[in-house]
Amino acid sequence: MTTTHSTDTAPGGADDTSSASSFAILATAREQVLTGGIGLSEAQVLEVLRLPDDALPELLALAHEVRMRWCGPEVEVEGIVSLKTGGCPEDCHFCSQSGLFSSPVRAAWLDIPSLVKAAVETAATGATEFCIVAAVRGPDERLMTQMREGVAAIREAVDINVAASLGMLSQEQVDDLADMGIHRYNHNLETSKSYFPQVVTTHTWEERWDTLTMVREAGMEVCCGGILGMGETLEQRAEFAGQLAEIAPHEVPLNFLNPRPGTPLSEQTVMPATDALRAIAAFRLALPRTILRYAGGREITLGDLGTRDGLLGGINAVIVGNYLTTLGRAATDDLALLGELSMPVKALNATL
Amino acid sequence: MSGVRDEVTQVGQGPYCVRCGDPIDAHEHLSCVDALVLEPPRYCAICRRRMVVQIVPSGWTAHCSEHGALHGGNAV
Repeated sequence: MTTTHSTDTAPGGADDTSSASSFAILATAREQVLTGGIGLSEAQVLEVLRLPDDALPELLALAHEVRMRWCGPEVEVEGIVSLKTGGCPEDCHFCSQSGLFSSPVRAAWLDIPSLVKAAVETAATGATEFCIVAAVRGPDERLMTQMREGVAAIREAVDINVAASLGMLSQEQVDDLADMGIHRYNHNLETSKSYFPQVVTTHTWEERWDTLTMVREAGMEVCCGGILGMGETLEQRAEFAGQLAEIAPHEVPLNFLNPRPGTPLSEQTVMPATDALRAIAAFRLALPRTILRYAGGREITLGDLGTRDGLLGGINAVIVGNYLTTLGRAATDDLALLGELSMPVKALNATL
Repeated sequence: MSGVRDEVTQVGQGPYCVRCGDPIDAHEHLSCVDALVLEPPRYCAICRRRMVVQIVPSGWTAHCSEHGALHGGNAV
């Protein structure tokens, strides 16, 4: 780690943040994004991604100011659970749940009592979001039935927003999910349009875009992000930020590739922490008002110190506890960190 | 080596690594030990069967059809 992590204030002290930056793009971003609330363009994001390591503390401090100004100090906390694991017919090259690779992940279905228990435990951490995920191309009748029963059972047991991530949807399925009360739907574009064919060949980026459009039109909140560090160039990373800005999702989950055994990306080098932090800040500057969430891979890419740096560099939401096929830190560890940083956890009534 | 052995067999349960499924003596399994901080076991240490693993936010269960279930919590 080469980044600053020991103070909650801007590196260089408070006086430093109001003076002109020695990096032109940061001066531009301060005016355009912090003051004006207008996100950086693709070309501007690329300039940010190309900043040297010695610009990183100033970049993170600016991204943090932008987050505080346009989103506030609250952090949205979420738990996620896999309702249907493994055996997916798609070939997303990062994913251990594809049935097309020789991954050790076996197919599994979560029963409804266990689903409800996971939701209750998630709510007990103070989380306001509980996202139900299935490894599928899109839902079939069995999965939609499980969702209907599962969401109803969760609603009876606990007060928490229920989100879903079930792949590509038909219009009828979009309407059904909205009718069940799913308030936010996750469907990641995963990477830039130009790099997507290197990562997925069983469906197109445009098909994902179509689902997102239907979700928005049905009145559900759109959650759309992706995975960084899959071998994309900086240009493609900037392209991805620009494409996300075009969708303007309510939430953008940022994952960092954790190379999974048996997948085509199993030998990919883990993204350096400095690149990950530059990307976090750059995405915040491209999307000043979005909920920018830490998702998978932060433990191996950033570690504990980097996690803190990211929360002071544009991130304003976290997934707590375990992920879908890998483990995360205990929720109490992340909540303690938020307390230390004086970042309040967003309350349920504030999200309605 | 006994430390590694215990970690990749989830404390001496059998001859196979629960992460990669290889015999414990086949290689050093140092990367398996590192990985198991952030992963549940995938193979049964006793018979090498791939287990059915269910993860929830607060923990995990790994079930072998022959040798029963292991349980755990969050990253260690």
